[in-house]
Formats: sequence, C-alpha cells, structure tokens
Amino acid sequence: MTGVAQRLEGMRVCIVAGSGGVGKTTASAALALGLAASGQRVAVVTIDPARRLAQSLGLQELGNDPRQVDPALLASHGVRMRGELWAMMLDPKATFDDLIARLSPDERTREDVLGNRIYQQLSGAVAGSQEFTAVAKLYDLHRDGGFDMLVLDTPPSRNALDFLDAPDRLTDFFEGRAIKVLLVPTGIAARVMSRGTAVVFSILKRLTGVDLMDDIAVFFGSLGGLMDGFKERAAGVKALLADPATTFLIVTSPEREPVAEAIFFRGKLREAGMAFGGLIVNRVNVAGDDEPEAIAAELRAAGLGARLAEKVAASAADLRLLAARDAASIERLKAELDEPDPIVVARLDGAVQDIDGLLALRDALM
Amino acid sequence: MTGKGGVGKTTIAAALGLVAARAGKRTIVAEVARRGDVASAFDRAGAEPFEEIELAPGLFHISIDPQDALEEYLRDQLPRGPIADILARSRVFGLLAAATPGMRELLTVGKLWELAQFERRTPGADAYDLVVVDAPATGHGVAVLTAPRTFAAAAGSGPVARQGKKIDATLSDPEQTAVIAVAKAEELAVTETGELRASLRERMGLGIERVVANALDPDRFDDEEATALQAHAARPAVARALAGHRRALRQRAQLARLADLCEQEPARIALHPGGPLLEQLADELAPQLGLP
Repeated sequence: MTGVAQRLEGMRVCIVAGSGGVGKTTASAALALGLAASGQRVAVVTIDPARRLAQSLGLQELGNDPRQVDPALLASHGVRMRGELWAMMLDPKATFDDLIARLSPDERTREDVLGNRIYQQLSGAVAGSQEFTAVAKLYDLHRDGGFDMLVLDTPPSRNALDFLDAPDRLTDFFEGRAIKVLLVPTGIAARVMSRGTAVVFSILKRLTGVDLMDDIAVFFGSLGGLMDGFKERAAGVKALLADPATTFLIVTSPEREPVAEAIFFRGKLREAGMAFGGLIVNRVNVAGDDEPEAIAAELRAAGLGARLAEKVAASAADLRLLAARDAASIERLKAELDEPDPIVVARLDGAVQDIDGLLALRDALM
Repeated sequence: MTGKGGVGKTTIAAALGLVAARAGKRTIVAEVARRGDVASAFDRAGAEPFEEIELAPGLFHISIDPQDALEEYLRDQLPRGPIADILARSRVFGLLAAATPGMRELLTVGKLWELAQFERRTPGADAYDLVVVDAPATGHGVAVLTAPRTFAAAAGSGPVARQGKKIDATLSDPEQTAVIAVAKAEELAVTETGELRASLRERMGLGIERVVANALDPDRFDDEEATALQAHAARPAVARALAGHRRALRQRAQLARLADLCEQEPARIALHPGGPLLEQLADELAPQLGLP
C-alpha cells in the first residue's frame, strides 16, 4: 500500500471529497497533521467540523483566516513537528461577504450589495455558493498564503457535483446576462428588451407577489462595479481546480450509500478532466480467521463459561459478516474507481475527536 | 424524515413506507433532489423523475426536482400549456425563480403537499393515505419545512403567498404532519438531532414525533461479563469482542443523551452486518411505532 504522502508528492492542493459521515473532516485533519509533521507548511480548511475536534486543536471559533496550531500542544502529544500546521474553520457567509467587500470599488457599493435581499439569499442558500466560497478561499491561500500544501475538507454537500460546477454556476448567475439586459432602463437595452421577457417578469410578480425588480436592479447595478474582479476570481478558481498540482482524494466508508457516492464522484471527476489522487476507505471492519465455533471451543477450554464463550463467538460471527461486506465494497471500489491500491483504514477503537485520535488516523493513512 | 447525512435516513424512510403499506395505507415515499436512492433500496432502477412508480403493493415512490415542480406548477396555474412550457424553459425565468428567496424549497414542498391532497391536482392521480418525505439533511430539511411560511410572509399577496399559507397550515398541523428524526448513536448525530428539535419547535411549533436510532451495534455483554473477558484480552477474538463492547458502551451513553435531548425513548434499529433487508427493518420498526 502506497501511503498518502507519496501520492501527494509534488501536489500543492489536496481536495478531500466524499459523502457526509465517512470521516472526511478527521481524515483531512490527520493528513494535514502528518504532512506538517514531516516538514511542510500545511493549512487545512474545513467547514463547520466537529466542534470537539476543532477545540482539541485549540481552535475555538469560526474565522476567515487560518491559525497556527500550537506546536507545543502537538509536542505534548509526542508529535515532533518539523513543519507548521495551520487550520481554519470556514464561515461561508462571512467569507463571501469578505470577498464582496474586497472587490467593491467603494463603501456604498459594498453596503448596497451586502444589504441586498437577493445577495443575502444567494450567498447563504444557492446551491454551490458554499462550495464556491470554499474554493475561493483556497485560491486566496494558494496565491498569498505561502503554504506548501493546502488540504480542503469539502462541505457536506449531498451532491458532490456542486463542488465542481460551483465556479461556472456562480459566474453564470453573477453575469446574469439576460437579467442585466432587462435592468438597464435606458439606452439600447430598453429598446431591445423583448416583449417576452417583460411577460416573464409580470407573470412572476403576479404569481409570487414578490416584486423582485428593485432588488434585482440594485443587486446587478451595484454588482457591475465588481463583476470583473468576480469573474477573474471565478476563472482563477476554475484554473486552480484543474491545476496539475491540485488533486482530489475521495474518502468513503464501506457502507452502501457512501460507496455509491464515491463511484459517482469519481465519474464526475473523470468527466471534468480533474485529477484523482487516490481513495481512502475509512472505518473498515477487520475480522480474525478463526471460525466462531473454534473460538467458542477455545474459550470454553480456557475456562470461560459456555454462555459467555458463545457470546464472544457470536460477536466474532457478526464481525466476519461485516468484514466480508467491507471486503466486497473495497473490491467494488477498486474496479469502479480504477484504483488498484486504495488506502484502507481499519475501524479505530473510539471516535476520532482529539489529537491522539488524529495521530492514530495519521499513522493508518501514512 | 430528516437527520444528519450518513445516518441511513433514506433506508429508514423506505422501511417506514413499507410498514405503512403493510398496514393497508396507500403510501408514497418522496425523495427530494436525489438520484433514486429509495428505488435502488428496492432494487429498482431509478424511474423517470416525477413519475409515481409502484415499488411494492400499495407502496409508491417519486423523486422531486424543483425544476420539474416549477414546470408542473406553471402548467397547473396558467391556462394555456404552451406558454407555461416556454416560461418553464426560459433561462430568465429560471434565474428569477432561483433568485426568489425560498422559491426552490417552496416548489418542492408544494409538490409534497399536492401528493398529500385527497383531491389530487395531478390529472388522473389517486390519493395517498401517507406521504413519507425523505427530506434533505437536518439544516436544509427545516428550511424546506419553513419555506411556505417564510415565503408567505415575504410575499404578502398573490396566489403563491396564499398557497404558501395553505401549505404551511398543513405542515405545521401536528394532526397532519409528523417529523421523524433519524440518528446514529454518535456524538455529532445526537447533537444535531437536539438542534433539530429546538429549531423545529421555534420555527414551526412542531415537536419530533419519533426519534429513530439506527445501525446500533449489538450490546452483548454486561459489566460482569466484560470483567470476566478482560482476563482473556490477550486472545484476538476476545480483544475484538471487547472493542465491540466499548463501542456498545459509547452508543449506550449517546442513546441516553438522545433520549434526554428529545425527551423520549428512541426507536432502536440494529446494525445489520450483511446489509439491511427492508423487510427486516420494517419488522423491527413497526412494533416500535405501535403498528402491525
């Protein structure tokens, strides 16, 4: 088995994808910790992770800038830190606001956009905006952060596709060519504004009772000033996703639904022509070779009561079923993802929510 | 049905659908913005989006996409078909609908509401006794439930605002709507369930009808037995059994937390090592819900 470190050689950005509940956040943190310990300056970017994990790294709150994890804290757990570990918990809304603020040419534009109903809705809820924010942050850190490696723990998006589509989708929306034509009330645009689109507006207003005209006019009007900056940013984000030094790791558990999601996502990566850096199969059950009956007999011989010996045998039988299921999942993943050598991490004893847990996971990964 | 991602919500929704169908209720399991997971749980390939297909006797399935819901809604609301078609396909209209706060959620929940009507608006469609909604994960699940209310408040007037109020009346009526939360006995999933309960109460005035704790490891050993096993911990089989026991203990503690946070005993669904069979899950679930 090739460890994660070798697979990531020469990479500068690692995006960790997978469905919710498979240990993506802890895998990202463990990976970053391992790379940092071996001498790199690493930042791990995560969105609303397990609070206890964050706290165990000394991070108390959401923020828009990475903070260094105290080397003394890590040293107290026996980590010889040769590089630096930085971590941040991304607040998508604040990051988006921050982006708008920086791209705004003046105070007034900034206030107009940030206070706009359409913007508030868009930045908080439109599919892809959280994903976009995450990659936009990554882009900033990549350009200005001076890190050797960035690890992005992707948002808990049901549809991993949102992640790859986000820059295009948001550029489309922000450009809103069709809408912009409608909104310029004077000049040629007013004359070419088709009757059809006017009908669209009036029907929407009649149906919804919401008159979005004002909001939309203000939104796109103010946005005009920062459109170029935004487009440039989106193009940069897209280029970063396709950069040869950017790679995607897929994390899954051996359960049915996450496996299906991993296969689906691998297909999407292939279609988008993006790099696949490897597969991590997490929380894999490992059973012994002994038959449950043999175990029961052995334990009875060792003086354990028959009832208790049977219970241990039953637990071994369950574990064998789980291990067989997991082995089948791994074979399926190997074939479907075209990945002969996945990184298999055995189910650890206990939930990973502190530094010791992360270290155990790091050892398994690397 | 809602719950944190990865807790097996879809499988439990399908099992609940089966329980209801067995009890003689004409039931539909509705997936929201999914790719046919419920259908695949029944080993059926995903049907056409928006098609109501029968998976088992009395048990139907539909996958709801906001775009389809928009098209259907417009066809229903506007007198002439072709105009509705043009509108639904219009890029501008799509963008406006997407930009209108809460519109996507409203369209989704509007279709759910339509499914639950005894007099269906869909031509030729029969009524259902029960609609099981495989809702999005916790946070977004609440957003879907509250969409009609939010929308009605924001819009003030117009047909959609009126419809929003009507839909909200159904959703916030405990006689008609029940929320079931699925969780695993893990810290984060339990915490999220507690947050869900608070948020439902605050924003919808609804409680959680039933909490389902899914995929529980077998809890085999009592304290005395665990102590007896410690003496043999050097044997790999015993060490593995003890690791399983520690897991069961952690789950016990989380189950207690879950019961505490939700002020009710959770229904318990065992982990099925070979992968759960829906019939098996339905058998486990039914008596805990007081159903045959």
